[in-house]
Amino acid sequence: MMNKRFDRRRQQVFAALLFSLLVAVPVQARDFRDAVDDAVRSLATARAGGKGSRENQQAVITLATAGEKSLLPLLNGFENATPEGVNWLRNTFEQIADQVRGSQKQLPAAELEDFILNVNHSSQARRLAYESLLLQDPGLRKRLIPAMLMDAGSEFRRDAVSMLLEQAEDASADAAVSLYRRAFSGAVHEDQVSKIAERLRAAGEDVSISQHFGFVTTWNVVGPFDNREEKGFAQVFAPEEELQNSAEFGMEYTGMNGPVKWQVLQSEDDYGIVDIAGQLENYKGSLMYLTSSWDSPVGQSLQVRLGTPNAWKLWVNGKLVFEREEYHRSTRMDQYIVPVELNAGPNLLVVKLCQNEQTQDWAQKYQFQLRISDAAGAGVLPGQAVAQNVYAEEDSR
Amino acid sequence: MKAIFQTLITVVIFSLFISTGLTAGDWKQFRGDATNSVTGSENLPIELSGSTIAWKAELPGRGLSGPIVVGTDVLVSSSSGYFQDRLHMLCFDTRSGEQKWHRQFTAIGRTMTHEKMANATPTMASDGRRVVAFFSSNDLICTDLRGRLLWFRGLGSEFPNASNSLGMSSSPVIVGSTVVVQVESDAEAFACGVDLATGETRWQLERPRAANWTSPSVINGKTEETSLVLLQSSKGLTAVRPLDGSIVWTFEDGASTIPSATVANGTIFVPSNGITALQTDGKEVTKVWNAANLAPATASPVVYNGQCLVLNSSGVLSAGDVLDGNRIWQLRLRGPFSSSPVVSAGYLYAFNESGTAFVVLLEPDRGTIISELDLGEKVLCSPGIGDGGLFVRSDQHLIRLSRP
Repeated sequence: MMNKRFDRRRQQVFAALLFSLLVAVPVQARDFRDAVDDAVRSLATARAGGKGSRENQQAVITLATAGEKSLLPLLNGFENATPEGVNWLRNTFEQIADQVRGSQKQLPAAELEDFILNVNHSSQARRLAYESLLLQDPGLRKRLIPAMLMDAGSEFRRDAVSMLLEQAEDASADAAVSLYRRAFSGAVHEDQVSKIAERLRAAGEDVSISQHFGFVTTWNVVGPFDNREEKGFAQVFAPEEELQNSAEFGMEYTGMNGPVKWQVLQSEDDYGIVDIAGQLENYKGSLMYLTSSWDSPVGQSLQVRLGTPNAWKLWVNGKLVFEREEYHRSTRMDQYIVPVELNAGPNLLVVKLCQNEQTQDWAQKYQFQLRISDAAGAGVLPGQAVAQNVYAEEDSR
Repeated sequence: MKAIFQTLITVVIFSLFISTGLTAGDWKQFRGDATNSVTGSENLPIELSGSTIAWKAELPGRGLSGPIVVGTDVLVSSSSGYFQDRLHMLCFDTRSGEQKWHRQFTAIGRTMTHEKMANATPTMASDGRRVVAFFSSNDLICTDLRGRLLWFRGLGSEFPNASNSLGMSSSPVIVGSTVVVQVESDAEAFACGVDLATGETRWQLERPRAANWTSPSVINGKTEETSLVLLQSSKGLTAVRPLDGSIVWTFEDGASTIPSATVANGTIFVPSNGITALQTDGKEVTKVWNAANLAPATASPVVYNGQCLVLNSSGVLSAGDVLDGNRIWQLRLRGPFSSSPVVSAGYLYAFNESGTAFVVLLEPDRGTIISELDLGEKVLCSPGIGDGGLFVRSDQHLIRLSRP
């Protein structure tokens, strides 16, 4: 009797234990996943101004405690992360990757490689995964990079172009041209593009660098207006009022030296430089308005990339998107990167370009270059639609 | 017995002296803890040679930022990538040169600089527990001494016009619990005090809108409340309280926008029409003298043993009397110099741009070159001193120089 009762009791205890385990394990696992997800969300939404840094320090501890199970969630967190958030996520990933390596373990190679290959993920996160994995698998470069020539991430594209250039150096003349052509199609950085264009031109090939980069080369220009003592930058002249939404090119205005009319200015430069000083005149203490229409087949998020040593303002469809009052502190292509929303149909670009009265030799440039690109820096021409770069990798510079 | 005891005491004291000399102080920010480029008693090598290169550690990317030393950690920043938007913070062991950790961040602000400069131009700062890295892109990053992020400020995105297409170089300083940074350009200019614990802004001060590459200097008081931070610009010098940014006094005779002011024994030596010496009682400032013939180029002045030492654009080292500014002696080195020289135990160490190190014995009436060493690598940073070593970085390497 006692034995039976004992057996029944033991069965009840065992059943209770089994039930607890069946219930508790998923609950604990769910709690664990929730804690990781919450911590990743906290980091990904990091705010400007240092706000919430203490909470984020706690979130890092949670994720570091979870160890390598946090790695993939951290990478996934990049997708809608703020720029500050990207840096919190990255630092936490690096801490954990160091922990894993320090304990003589391997990073989860298969999962990371899958993540890298999924182009729907953030380019920055994929690159972080790639570079982390490369430390334990040097063969990764040869295996993955060749297929990344048109990747959304400019660093992957750069690597793929470099590999093609290496091959071209050792190839026959015909094969080299073919390789250079392929490399050119994916290149987004000026140094690589100029090198490839030089090789192709030497081989008798026709190459348009300005088209490749998406430079806007035809502008209507009116000026000069008065910018003596740099006062014109803040002053609103007649074209500035009238050009907010539509361009009327028949108008005549009173400029700083008399009546001025619109005229067409075409850049023949490889890098789309519109040279006011060279093509018109270096009007000291002046400013010009320039406008161009850019047709987009769809509404899309793109970038205006501008370079100039002069002070400038830029309006897109009547909206001031950036202004900068700095003179003669150097210039280069892609000096400023401004994210813009373009409408389906014609989009009006208006540039106000200002020259001051500095007399030094190095302060005589009066020029700008402007192109439209996707987030990786690939040129976009009027009439082209770009697959949305949801996870834009480069912010306004 | 008494003699043995005395001998033992002597040995202990001597050992303490020697060991103190070997591990004297840290070098926790640009131009050292007191932002004056001088350290007391480090046992640095005088006869530089290949054997005084204790180790070389490889660095990623490029950088003009100087190394800082905290205990047995030597830390330095770099920037890499086609757009210099990869920000690196690295920590090495002072003794072995072994890399302890390496963290990367992504720049939020504008990264364009003149090709001679790099995004990693400002030198890091530390309070001994935390380390703050600042970049030309105005990204301000604080980690602990294991590289764990404590906060991140993208001042370049918060203030998108506060940038200079030639590059920004002002290094942060830490006074007590506050990090002070100067972010000054033609288009937008401000200085701010940031809470070292949280990264939040304690105060922000509008500054003259003009390009400025100088770094703040510090007059250390007994407490953070009584300390002063000196903000230099083309307009002059402004002394502020680090905790609240309140302005205590201003000097308005103009100042250089490249070399920064140095403080020694209560006197401020500001690059202004040559060098101008100022004295302050903590409330007001008084001009003591001006010496137009002490004209620093890029390097900031160093004050040591009654002499104000400046490197001019011709690579000539001049020593002026701190009491009246009169020039005492001159010594031609081979410039140009981008880095500020440092002084330890009576010797000045200067690195020219091509990577030649000069050791100059400083005496009351002359300076004498004791030794030179060509490192074979471009050196644009100001060196750091600590743990018995002199640390300098090129683009490629972090190098420790010490006695063999």
